Amino acid sequence: MSDAVSVSGWGRTAPTTARLVRPRTQEEAVAAVRDCGERGGIPRGLGRAYGDAAQNAGGAVFDMTGLDRVRTIDTTRGSGTDAPGATVVCEAGISLHRLMEVLLPLGWFVPVTPGTRYVTVGGAIGADIHGKNHHVSGSFSRHVLAMDLLTADGTVHTVTPGTPLFDATAGGMGLTGMILSATVQLQPVETSLMSVDTERATDLDDLMARLAATDHRYRYSVAWIDLLARGAAMGRSVLTRGDHAPLDALPARARARRAPLAFRPGQLPAAPSFVPEGLLGKASVGLFNELWYRKAPRSRTGELQKISTFFHPLDGVPHWNRIYGRGGFVQYQFVVGYGKEEALRRIVRRISDRGCPSFLAVLKRFGEGDPGWLSFPMPGWTLALDIPANLPGLGSFLDELDEEVAAAEGRVYLAKDSRLRPETLAAMYPRLDDFRALRADLDPRGVFRSDLSRRLDL
Amino acid sequence: MKDAFGTPQSLLVLGGTSEIGLATARRLVARRTRTVWLAGRPSADLEKAAAALRDMGADVRTVAFDALDPESHEESLGKIFTEGDIDMVLLAFGILGDQARDEDEPLSAVRVAQTNYTGAISAGLVCARALQSQGHGSLVVLSSVAGERARRSNFIYGSSKAGLDAFAQGLGDALHGTGVHVMVVRPGFVRSKMTAGLEEAPMATTPDAVAEAIETGLRRRSETVWVPGALRVVMSALRHAPRPLFRRLPV
Repeated sequence: MSDAVSVSGWGRTAPTTARLVRPRTQEEAVAAVRDCGERGGIPRGLGRAYGDAAQNAGGAVFDMTGLDRVRTIDTTRGSGTDAPGATVVCEAGISLHRLMEVLLPLGWFVPVTPGTRYVTVGGAIGADIHGKNHHVSGSFSRHVLAMDLLTADGTVHTVTPGTPLFDATAGGMGLTGMILSATVQLQPVETSLMSVDTERATDLDDLMARLAATDHRYRYSVAWIDLLARGAAMGRSVLTRGDHAPLDALPARARARRAPLAFRPGQLPAAPSFVPEGLLGKASVGLFNELWYRKAPRSRTGELQKISTFFHPLDGVPHWNRIYGRGGFVQYQFVVGYGKEEALRRIVRRISDRGCPSFLAVLKRFGEGDPGWLSFPMPGWTLALDIPANLPGLGSFLDELDEEVAAAEGRVYLAKDSRLRPETLAAMYPRLDDFRALRADLDPRGVFRSDLSRRLDL
Repeated sequence: MKDAFGTPQSLLVLGGTSEIGLATARRLVARRTRTVWLAGRPSADLEKAAAALRDMGADVRTVAFDALDPESHEESLGKIFTEGDIDMVLLAFGILGDQARDEDEPLSAVRVAQTNYTGAISAGLVCARALQSQGHGSLVVLSSVAGERARRSNFIYGSSKAGLDAFAQGLGDALHGTGVHVMVVRPGFVRSKMTAGLEEAPMATTPDAVAEAIETGLRRRSETVWVPGALRVVMSALRHAPRPLFRRLPV
């Protein structure tokens, strides 16, 4: 294993070593899967899954970023009134960042983007990612018209929605096979700017009331929530919501008028490779949260923001995951259905009472779920937070939260998980047995395997 | 697999009746550990230990293992790894010996060295290789502060632990970057059946405290763990004390 490298998720916990293979063509991909050895392999995109989904101890990790070509962009389908809109056919290793660079000047945007542009199309399907528009647009796989999937036997299948293989692959964490390419529907835009409304909510109830009453008016909607605020201020938050700015929303003489579709995300220097442990404690995060809350306007409408500012503020700092130091961090994201607001309140209260230093806590409302068997979103409230992994007792605390979530018939997000108890998983994902059965049938030798699949016995 | 906090799902304890080993197993079973292998000489105690862990809900299996028979280690330990990944190996066997008798009977002194040092080398290397091909896992080695500087009162035991400690450190360096983590644990005086009847040394600790320190060390991916932690400073001072002075210290 001389070519073995240490691989970890974005949270930088539990690294393991694997042989990294980077196919650049479909033939090389087939060969890589055939020769992956007895500990199997798992496709990996840009490594933004927080936990161990894209690592495979002692086996192979297929680095998909070599398969990153755009094959065709078809905008003719957008002309009719009931046409599904423009589509792009691209290889699975291309990033959403690159797609935006290509598509925005043509007046098209990706249908769904998470909080980072640095995820691949294959990863977006494998984790069935969601974005700030989930309540309107659903998850990424809803916009996938077809994909080419390389399965364990070395054959390539064209998989379309409505089939079991599609539903197992959308959200299937790369365990059904290697996605080679996909046809994705696009969203028309007139400018590369966002028109954003910002408002503050004084506490959790205020926030939930505002979201429930007005979310449907916005295509994109999200709330940053201060989980360190306690007492009457518990759950105070800043809502940012908006839509793509139409051309006539740009001021007449603004520079942006001349190139309304320009895509120029800015970038700050990268986080240093060494950061002392414990920088993000209760005091520093508390201070940050206080300032962040105070600096937000009580209410502001129609502010023009760049796509990168609105969707991907953290992408501006390369390697921002390093700020947690060597110990890394864990992301905890769960969803509980509508009608289970009490469970959400209880969990927020527990987090706030415990004083978990989380400065990236986000609350949003999901719309209809999609058919992926292990797809995370379902109609309800989803809260995501990150916490330094070296916080003593964090493991058992999160186990307790899992129990609250499972009791409320909610679930946690596998793309962010690095610590779920395997026993809890089945309660959260009712189609888990179907997923296991399909895998047993499709991949009896377990060619596609990851640390996540071993840990949770997927 | 280990989770984000370093807690293993499967555990192999070499020295399956060791009090520290079992205290650690209990602690880990209460968290994530579901599969436990207890390796030791077949005995009623070993079966009793297995039954106790089973009662906690773990899937426990015992396997015959004799530190004094290094020729058998390859086979007895190797077969454990063919049944599935082991996330953590705890090397917990060892004997204290009887310093006065061992000084009189060189062969019984050799037995201490063969158990604590020679046996650990073969068992440690067999497990290290298996962990390396898995690409992940922790090898936790129970050393002792006695190995940090030889003392008049237990230098035979101390020298065997010194050898073990040096071996484990070197192994940790050799495995750096392979995904395998080696952690050397140096407890002080532990109140257990091993030390029953002995006069207690300052800063004495318990098997449960050692287990807790091991769990914390796994979370932090530490390379060296002292129990209690303050011993790190104390031993650092003692190690540099001049010998004429050291000889006279009541340690």
